[in-house]
Amino acid sequence: METIIFYIISAILIVFSVLTVTTNKILRAAVYLLFTLVATAAFYFMMEYEFLAAVQLTVYAGGIVVLIIFSILLTHQINMDLEKSDRLKKISSALIVLLGSIIVIFTISKYPFIPGSGIEDAADTSINSIGRQLLSYGEGGYILPFEVISILLLAAMIAAIIIAKKEKE
Amino acid sequence: MDFSFTIYIVLIPLFAFLVNGLLGNKIKDSVSGYLATFALGVSTLLSYFTAYHYFFNVGKVDGIYQKITAFNTTWVNFTDKLHIDLGVLIDPISVMMLVVITTVSLLVHIYSLGYMKGDEGFTKFFAFLSLFTFSMLGLVVATNIFQMYMFWELVGLSSYLLIGYYYTKPSAVAAAKKAFIVTRFADLGFLIGILFLSYTTGTFDFITLNEGASAFAQAAPLGFMGLSVLTWSLILIFIGGAGKSAMFPLHIWLPDAMEGPTPVSALIHAATMVVAGVYLVARLFPLFSAVDAIALEIVAIVGALSSIFAAIIACTQIDIKRVLAFSTMSQIGYMMLALGVSGMEEEGTGFMGSMFHLFTHAMFKALLFLGAGSIIHAVHSNKLSDMGNLRKYMPITHITFLIACFAIAGIPPFAGFFSKDEILVAAMAHNPIYFWIEWIVAGLTAFYMFRLYFGIFWANDKKHEHAHESPFSMTLPLIILAIAASLVGFIPFNELVTSDGKILDIHIHWDIAIPSIAVGIVGIIVAFIFYKKENSWPSKMVKIFGRFYTHALNKFYFDEIYMFVTKKIIFKRFSTPIAWFDRNVVDATMDGVATVTNYFSEKIKGIQSGQLQQYVMASITAVLIIVFIFNYLIS
Amino acid sequence: MIEGIDIQHIIIVSTLMFFIGVYGFMSRKNLITMLMAVELMLNSININFVAFNRYLHPENMQGHFYSLFIIAIAAAEAAVAISIIINLYRNLHSIDVEDVNKMKH
Repeated sequence: METIIFYIISAILIVFSVLTVTTNKILRAAVYLLFTLVATAAFYFMMEYEFLAAVQLTVYAGGIVVLIIFSILLTHQINMDLEKSDRLKKISSALIVLLGSIIVIFTISKYPFIPGSGIEDAADTSINSIGRQLLSYGEGGYILPFEVISILLLAAMIAAIIIAKKEKE
Repeated sequence: MDFSFTIYIVLIPLFAFLVNGLLGNKIKDSVSGYLATFALGVSTLLSYFTAYHYFFNVGKVDGIYQKITAFNTTWVNFTDKLHIDLGVLIDPISVMMLVVITTVSLLVHIYSLGYMKGDEGFTKFFAFLSLFTFSMLGLVVATNIFQMYMFWELVGLSSYLLIGYYYTKPSAVAAAKKAFIVTRFADLGFLIGILFLSYTTGTFDFITLNEGASAFAQAAPLGFMGLSVLTWSLILIFIGGAGKSAMFPLHIWLPDAMEGPTPVSALIHAATMVVAGVYLVARLFPLFSAVDAIALEIVAIVGALSSIFAAIIACTQIDIKRVLAFSTMSQIGYMMLALGVSGMEEEGTGFMGSMFHLFTHAMFKALLFLGAGSIIHAVHSNKLSDMGNLRKYMPITHITFLIACFAIAGIPPFAGFFSKDEILVAAMAHNPIYFWIEWIVAGLTAFYMFRLYFGIFWANDKKHEHAHESPFSMTLPLIILAIAASLVGFIPFNELVTSDGKILDIHIHWDIAIPSIAVGIVGIIVAFIFYKKENSWPSKMVKIFGRFYTHALNKFYFDEIYMFVTKKIIFKRFSTPIAWFDRNVVDATMDGVATVTNYFSEKIKGIQSGQLQQYVMASITAVLIIVFIFNYLIS
Repeated sequence: MIEGIDIQHIIIVSTLMFFIGVYGFMSRKNLITMLMAVELMLNSININFVAFNRYLHPENMQGHFYSLFIIAIAAAEAAVAISIIINLYRNLHSIDVEDVNKMKH
């Protein structure tokens, strides 16, 4: 059962990501991106990382895609059809991508992945333990990246405001 | 005794040149003039002291004057055998030349203090004079032929600077270039001669060359036309000397060089630079007499030809300095002839006569030129037709000029008689033809010099309002030189300067002296008749000589011949194709390299296009290639 | 751990998604669509991390937290990128990536 769901979701993922990068209309590209992100969240749910899935949906699907749509509106792109790129660029990038994916997939299929120990030793993924781990210092504690991320977000906020504000007349 | 102080004789004028040249803008005119004159005065005193010391105290060993190397230092050392030295050589002729050069230069300096007063480039003039004196002194004391060649070129450069001193006059600039180019062209022969000589003998050094002269001459291999290589090298060296001494046919620069200021003409073209060729032959004289006789014959022929050629032309010229220039050429012809007919040891009368004549000629020719300068200063013109009856206005110039004219005409007891007599004796002993040619030249010399004298100081008064005697700074050298011209004839040169350093036994040959005095007096009388008062004799003579007179007036068209050869033949056939090749092939290749590089760089610079996606494409491709190589090709 | 799926399958999916993102970045002309392709790439990375964590080391949560932080960083980066695009639009009146080419030869 789960395998079938997995294949369906991965199909959705691939199809919509292809559509995102090849469509002519920009708003549709944003919507396709949204669907891609939702499919990713579905992956996380299937792998029993619910918190991560929730964060993905909230931040990515609810925040970034909305931000992108706002920027489309702000730069008056919403009515325009995207110009077609020239043939040469498309073909050369397609070639590179094909080559790259072949190399990587070939390498991966050759490599013997040793699976982990099984469900008995699985870590606790409840939100309780996530919160505790996020704020603990010591072994397996992530307090330092947490604080750094908060400063990064502060900096990003200030930067975004300053770069995008209008010049005083 | 140690003669190493003689290096200062050469270096003091160099120091004066550097000071005047570098600081000329900042010091007053008079300061620079006095400085240069004072420096040269010190040099003069040192050379007199050297002469006294050498000739009368320590020079002789066993009755032979020694060649002393006072100072020698290796300048460029290529190998053990090949090295270029710089040094000071003291022997009779170099000491004599030191005395001549410093004396005449000092008098010219004093004279220029008055003559060039108020001129804009006053300091520059004195700097150039000091440079010239330095170069000439370095030339005469050279210990080896390469040093002589270097200073030879320096002398050429200094004369270029001095002739072209009035650089705003196109004729002066052209004259300077002509002098430099003609002498440089002759120096090509000189250089090739030096190379042959040093290759055959293995040395540059004069003492080695002269002492081993006969050994070298016998060991030299045979060359072109049956003459040995050594003979050819000496002939080539003589060509270089002939250029510098304005011998026929390389004489064309000397009349034009009169564009320079008159003190320059006195220094360079009377006393020093033009005798450099004679000095060169005298320096190498043992070698000249040891090789095939044709070498000295060529010297004699060129000398005789030059003297009669110049004497004929001098009779027709109307510019006072041109007359004196041709007279110089003629007298130098005498000196060359004397060397050419001379031998070594007992037959060395010619050598001694040549050196004696060099000495006396320096005195009276410098006197003539300085006097001419004084006259030109008074009437502001060079032409004979603008001068007349100047004896009333310029007594000192008059008397000194007269003394010089007597000296050059060979009238005893003035100096020219004694030296000319020795030359005529030597000429007669070698080959009577030379004697008769020089006898004719002596007559012509007296004629044209007195033509000049009577034309300037007697003849008709041209009503000069501004003519006045020159200032004391200009007349003092005239007086000193006049005294010298009267007295130096009595110096016993046969005891001091001879071909091998020993005393030469001579006496006055009255069968030679009487005809020479006679022809001189005849010349003076003819000039007196023609020129003392204006009359019709000169124009009658012009008619009699007709065409020949016109040819002589145009200096036998040698300038035109040279111009034709250079312009029509050398420029058109050789220089233009070579220039075309240089511009279109050589330069085009270089430009082509640059153009191709430019083209390729234009094509390549497209890589840095500023397009973000191209950069990304490039980096991803590179990463994939590296991954591929490291994973699958190298493992 | 998803029943019946090997890790290779998930990784192949995420690889494809990554290279589709690369294709989108290299071939699109509009800056905003390029940004969307960047988001695709980041998401594929996240899936990769989570898969490795779940399959190979289920006893700790490192991949989970990395992905969390990557999401936060991606958000910050998208915000700053959007503000730059808006500034660029104000100055050049176009958000064509070929017009942003001042740093050239």
